[in-house]
Amino acid sequence: MTITVTDDDTPGVPLNRIAFTINGARKRAEVEPRLLLVHLVRRGLGLTGTHMGCDTTNCGACTLLVDGVPVKSCTMLAVQADNKDITTVEGLASQSELHPIQEGFTKEHGLQCGFCTPGMMLAATALLKDNLDPTEEDVRWALSGNLCRCTGYQNIVKSVLWAAEKLRAEKLREQQ
Amino acid sequence: MYPARFSYQAPHSLDEAIALLADNGEDAKVLAGGQSLIPLMKLRFASPSLLVDINNLNELGYHHQAPDGSLHVGALCRHVDLERSTLLKDAQPTMAAAAPVIADPIVRNRGTLVGSLCHADPQGDWAAVITALNGSVIARGPASNRAIPITEFVTGPFSNALAPGEIAVEAVVPPPRGVRKGGYLKLERRVGDFATVGTAVALELSNGMVTTAGIALTGVGGATINAEEAAKALIGGPLTPETIRQAADEAAGAARPRTDHRGSAEYKRHMVRVFVTRILNNAGEQA
Repeated sequence: MTITVTDDDTPGVPLNRIAFTINGARKRAEVEPRLLLVHLVRRGLGLTGTHMGCDTTNCGACTLLVDGVPVKSCTMLAVQADNKDITTVEGLASQSELHPIQEGFTKEHGLQCGFCTPGMMLAATALLKDNLDPTEEDVRWALSGNLCRCTGYQNIVKSVLWAAEKLRAEKLREQQ
Repeated sequence: MYPARFSYQAPHSLDEAIALLADNGEDAKVLAGGQSLIPLMKLRFASPSLLVDINNLNELGYHHQAPDGSLHVGALCRHVDLERSTLLKDAQPTMAAAAPVIADPIVRNRGTLVGSLCHADPQGDWAAVITALNGSVIARGPASNRAIPITEFVTGPFSNALAPGEIAVEAVVPPPRGVRKGGYLKLERRVGDFATVGTAVALELSNGMVTTAGIALTGVGGATINAEEAAKALIGGPLTPETIRQAADEAAGAARPRTDHRGSAEYKRHMVRVFVTRILNNAGEQA
């Protein structure tokens, strides 16, 4: 199925066809070039776990992974998602289990209002893919593009460190 | 916020990109990292009718040192590539110091050095760094291939010397005549904010003598400031407390800060002096 996302009913507005993978599912879409990736994800695909915060490239609430790399989706065009592999917060958990980073946020009370949480978790996931044994400083550095206005940074950092520990333990078990 | 309507092309070769730019003149814009251009378009400060997305041109994602020692940074080389570069760590201390303090980690995953030079924000970091290093930008057009010194490339706030149809394909830092020293220090209220004060210092030393020096400032004037007099105070001798003090004073004198919500003019000028001193003291200890 092709999703068409446009705000503009002016006749003759050119639409670009794109194909991409999101959370493992192949999708096709027709988008206006000016459509932002965050709007394709939220409105076109109904994946409202990705939050739109500042809309000015500051807050990082709209962070998602594009080919595994954290990107602010309010500052990337939907048309640029062509041939890309996207992960949103909905893609973290499996059918039966939370992702360790999600588990970490529950165990360490890593959220208050929850608005920044999806972006925080995706930025943290990318960090842990590169570095399974981050220091507190590494975590703070990696999350410095994500703002939390409840100022719950302390517990967010703890949550990520909790997830790192769990992932290390899992890896060790796999190796044995 | 939405940008105004535009058409979009994502060519697969540089020649194709140049042809698209040439056919569409001033109405066309290059989209690289997009971390400045897309926000500008959302705010309708920029409304190009065509965006030429160069993100498929992977061949422009390089940064490497040529046999003559010059450093070449391609138009798709992202801040994160420079932040993680082992090459810069040894060969380019000023650039290595700047890369990790550009914007924030997520923006660094997309944004590019060359794009930052083209954007020419008076508070941008890279223009100061490349100015201190006496670098240039290579512009390619349908019939042109020219090197533009950075001081001529940036023609004013948010404007550059590219002709319609031209694309900035790389930034070049000339080969050193000696051992490179220097650094970049930035005062910001929080990660991702524009520089309250940014100070780039680039030195080349040979047998303990400063052979080349560049000092450039950002955030303390309406444009990137090339503090030539400050640099001159260092050239031709060793780094001494006296020359360091002189350079720091000259740099502070070259600053044209304004009092605003980020701090008073006096404070910003003081910070230029502090930063230049700090970088030079550090360079002197290493030398």
